[in-house]
Amino acid sequence: MVSTVIGAVPAAIPEPFLRAQSVPGKFFLMFFAIFFFALVFGLVLFLASLFKGKNGERVQGALFVGPAVVLLAIGLMYPAILTINQSLRGRSGEGGLTLSNYSAMFTQPELLLVLRNTALWVILVPILATSIGLIYAILIDRARGEAFAKALIFLPMAISMVGAGIIWKFVYQYKQTSRPQIGLLNAVLKLLGFETQQFLINAPLNTFMLIIVMVWIQAGFAMTVLSAAIKAIPDEIIEAAKLDGVQAFKMFRYITLPSIRAALVVVVTTIGIGTLKVFDIVRTMTGGQFDTSVVANEFYSQSFRFNAPGLGAALAVLLFILVIPIVTYNIIQMRKEA
Amino acid sequence: MSTLEPVAVPDKISPEMEQTAKPRRKKKTAAGDAARAISSPWASVAAIVIAVLWTIPTIGLLVTSFRDQRAINRSGWWTAFGDPGAFTLENYRQALAPGSSAGLGQYFINTVVITIPAVALPLFLASLAAYAFAWMPFPGRDALFVAVFALQIVPLQVALIPLLDIYVNKLGFGASYWSVWLSHTIFALPLAIFLIHNFMRELPAELMEAARVDGAGHVTIFFKILLPLLTPALAAFGIFQFLWVWNDLLVSLVFLGGTPDVAPITVRVAELSGSRGSAWYLLSAGAFISMIVPVAVFLALQRYFVRGLLAGGLKG
Repeated sequence: MVSTVIGAVPAAIPEPFLRAQSVPGKFFLMFFAIFFFALVFGLVLFLASLFKGKNGERVQGALFVGPAVVLLAIGLMYPAILTINQSLRGRSGEGGLTLSNYSAMFTQPELLLVLRNTALWVILVPILATSIGLIYAILIDRARGEAFAKALIFLPMAISMVGAGIIWKFVYQYKQTSRPQIGLLNAVLKLLGFETQQFLINAPLNTFMLIIVMVWIQAGFAMTVLSAAIKAIPDEIIEAAKLDGVQAFKMFRYITLPSIRAALVVVVTTIGIGTLKVFDIVRTMTGGQFDTSVVANEFYSQSFRFNAPGLGAALAVLLFILVIPIVTYNIIQMRKEA
Repeated sequence: MSTLEPVAVPDKISPEMEQTAKPRRKKKTAAGDAARAISSPWASVAAIVIAVLWTIPTIGLLVTSFRDQRAINRSGWWTAFGDPGAFTLENYRQALAPGSSAGLGQYFINTVVITIPAVALPLFLASLAAYAFAWMPFPGRDALFVAVFALQIVPLQVALIPLLDIYVNKLGFGASYWSVWLSHTIFALPLAIFLIHNFMRELPAELMEAARVDGAGHVTIFFKILLPLLTPALAAFGIFQFLWVWNDLLVSLVFLGGTPDVAPITVRVAELSGSRGSAWYLLSAGAFISMIVPVAVFLALQRYFVRGLLAGGLKG
């Protein structure tokens, strides 16, 4: 039902409701949109309120979930099917059925490199971010100024990956060793008597330098979730262990770690999924050049820059395939815990 | 990484530390014991080292954004503190000025115009759907809910190009705000419905039943009883969605391109970073202009955000 409403609109959307150049025009557009969506919902709810009784309840249910389900069907399911189809039809995405895009991924050296980089990202980022987050959570637990200490590590989560990319690009900034350094990391190298490095250009070093940026962003997430899990361990268990004379490191190994296992799994997998889809960091910092591309970035390049939408679609499908086992594992773990 | 080392520090337990730390009535945790076992000074040093490593990069760029254009390229930002007169607002003025090469002001407004509906719309849609999934019996409800939940695994990359085709060729939106409003809404729905549904299921069923007995319909119950109770969950997800939309690059890049009419500030800053890689006076100011709102929102609403994160992290 909603689909017909939305479908009917655009032909009728006059230019002022579609685009605006002036500031008032843009805000007018925004308020118009909000008003328009409110109107549609008002209509749906009004219709829902007309139906009474047992059968009416079914209709009401359909009206309540309808808009969301229709949007998901048209905006996510249907496009996903189209993309899978396109991935099977050659580089241009328009030929006959073929697996050439998929075989290209596993044979062409440039694309193999992309796969290798992605594997590095997906293995290193969750492990490093989670370890650092866990260590930090433990170190500051019950310390003075805990909330402030947490905010410092957590803040990068609020920063866009574009912003994070620029922050770190500046840390990595290269100048010849003899010249005054403006990038912090090279300044430290120079101070220690080493040659300065082109961190973002020298492969394979550059991939690791990009991975550090993602670790920097994600550690706060890991720290927050793990810190909450640590605080949720029942006091009795800790007291009992103490009475038995269990010492601190054994306590960590045999009580803390097992107690937060579920949270650890969630954190590692969530960061893993986020890392698979990371695109902004690579694009902002190297543009995927100098052997740093990853699947999500290569998807964008192939689809929109190299005019190979079929190959791009295959890369998107690969992302999808890689996410499935991680999510499935997550759900199985959750079931076990429940 | 060097930050991993503190754990390897030998476990020198100082008994008086363990005992005297207790007069304060704080919650005991196993991890806190482990931390004290590393002996407090070492734990503090390690924590401070990590905190400094995490903060310095941002401070460096922040300081740079207030330095003179030529000074930025001549000396490191850490040398600037000696001369307080060297700081200026010129970079921000140049980055924001309408006619300047960056012109970030209008992109900033685009971001605001994109973000507000893209947060409000999925919140409302998802809470309606979540209500139906939680409290309204209709055939196929559970199967449909599982299907919606499962859609979380579809990476948005999979949907982008066909969606673009639908917007441009079937709906005629082209590169307009409508494309990103709808896309952000669609991509947010599976997680939003799931989280809000979980929250709703925890409310007592008697509440709904009592209202039904009093003759209230679903629409009334939804607005009068549930929405107010849902505020914490809605706030948590709303902040999530806000940060996600404000900071998004991919969705905007695909649907809006880089035109000043519609493109958000992230797209413009990324563009500047590519084409003017060493214009640090513009880049540093631009980065902070794009960050100021989400960071302010984050700092102000941190509590809700963390709560949402925990709901999402531990349940989802």
